[in-house]
Amino acid sequence: MSSVPTFKDEITNLMYATHGKPISDCLQCGTCSGTCPAVEFMDHTPRLIIGMIGAGLKDEVLESNTFWSCASCYHCSVRCPAGIDIADMMYALKRYSMWKDRHQEGLIGPAFSQTFVKMIVGSGRSFEPALAPTYLFKYGPRGLVQEAQIATGLVLKGRMPLLPTKIKGLKGFQNIVRRIIPIGDPS
Amino acid sequence: MRLYAYYPGCSLESLAQGYNLSTIEVAGALGLELNEIKDWNCCGATAYFPVDELLAHTLVARNLALAEKDGMSDFVAPCSACYKNAYFTNKYLRQDHDLAEHINYALEADHLHVDGSLQVRHLIEVFLQDVGLEAIRRQVSRPLKGLKVAPYYGCQLLRPRKDHEDTEDPRFFEDLLSAIGAEPVPYASKTRCCGGSLIVTNRKAALDMVRILLEDAAAHHADVIATVCPMCNVNLEVYQSQVNREFGTEFSVPVMYFTQLMGVAFGLRQDRLGIGKEMVSGTPLLAFAEASK
Repeated sequence: MSSVPTFKDEITNLMYATHGKPISDCLQCGTCSGTCPAVEFMDHTPRLIIGMIGAGLKDEVLESNTFWSCASCYHCSVRCPAGIDIADMMYALKRYSMWKDRHQEGLIGPAFSQTFVKMIVGSGRSFEPALAPTYLFKYGPRGLVQEAQIATGLVLKGRMPLLPTKIKGLKGFQNIVRRIIPIGDPS
Repeated sequence: MRLYAYYPGCSLESLAQGYNLSTIEVAGALGLELNEIKDWNCCGATAYFPVDELLAHTLVARNLALAEKDGMSDFVAPCSACYKNAYFTNKYLRQDHDLAEHINYALEADHLHVDGSLQVRHLIEVFLQDVGLEAIRRQVSRPLKGLKVAPYYGCQLLRPRKDHEDTEDPRFFEDLLSAIGAEPVPYASKTRCCGGSLIVTNRKAALDMVRILLEDAAAHHADVIATVCPMCNVNLEVYQSQVNREFGTEFSVPVMYFTQLMGVAFGLRQDRLGIGKEMVSGTPLLAFAEASK
């Protein structure tokens, strides 16, 4: 008996056990695709992606921008007649693609997530300007100018701090993180 | 005074200061004591889960553990994303002993422990359930008569479903707005997504999603869109000028936190509610309030 998991098994296993039904329950009804507010920006609709996972089209799925275009609005998840948490499946695909380091060229999502986690591990708090390098260079000159205008406006209104905040118990916090992911020894 | 562990979240210290200020003022007026969790950390919003699920739950659990340590029973978040994250980590801690064991093994490294004993609530839920519409009505000294407000629920306050709430056509936000004398406008996209973090990772998609919301609110002659989440507020408000540039539209729809509208109706000073920090100039709310005095 072969014990090699199929692509579908792998993705199903990545979906946390308490969340709803496995994707093999999918009826291919398309309620998710009809509900999704970002569907027109996706290479494949959510229904199609589920079908592709079932068919074992791993390369095509990993190359798709579909799960990186998911805004985590969970509209598909609450409407799915088969009770599948599709938004959670999109997270599972993101994790899979990050671990395998395989995703479509030019996407901002993977770098953004990675930088975000590094920032939190380093300070405990979010600080918007620290994330800027992950996306600014992809916006082009016109986008950069618009972004600078918005940032300046926010600073003037006192809504954008210029310095990052750190939590006080950062050392203890990092000791917690260290028990889950390798972040190096304390300095 | 009823006591709550208060988790403001990162946005309320920067982009959404007005939400923090108005939350504290309005909660005080309603007799709720918000006890800010000491040294809380970022909940991860939507950015931890693509990297590591266990890390995501553990970092949320640290905040829950801090609140439990303070002997609190209710954890309150004004941000829908923080609320959703805290709600589900707390729920899974109770349901899944294996997960709880992993999380507690990590938390031990900082002498913390979490049981999942808290009730995790969104601020609007606390106002509606613990205070109630009747008591809210009694606080209103300047009803917002004639002010047409588009109640924007967004996503994560409602979804994923926490209990048996109506995710298709909720009405509680409308009820709250009516209680402060405003006129809630009906519009179909009140639970449609604002794009969330796609504003960073897929700007084109997010701007289009914001455009749809603005169009719908404007078509129903809303004077202001009321929000329950700093992410929604930023996308609708701060990026409204970019929507106009991108689509050649001329939207000028003010966007305010529901707590700011409540504060004005309660007769609280606008500067103490953080009003005046908007990028899209706010409706002269006071004029509505004054006229109805």
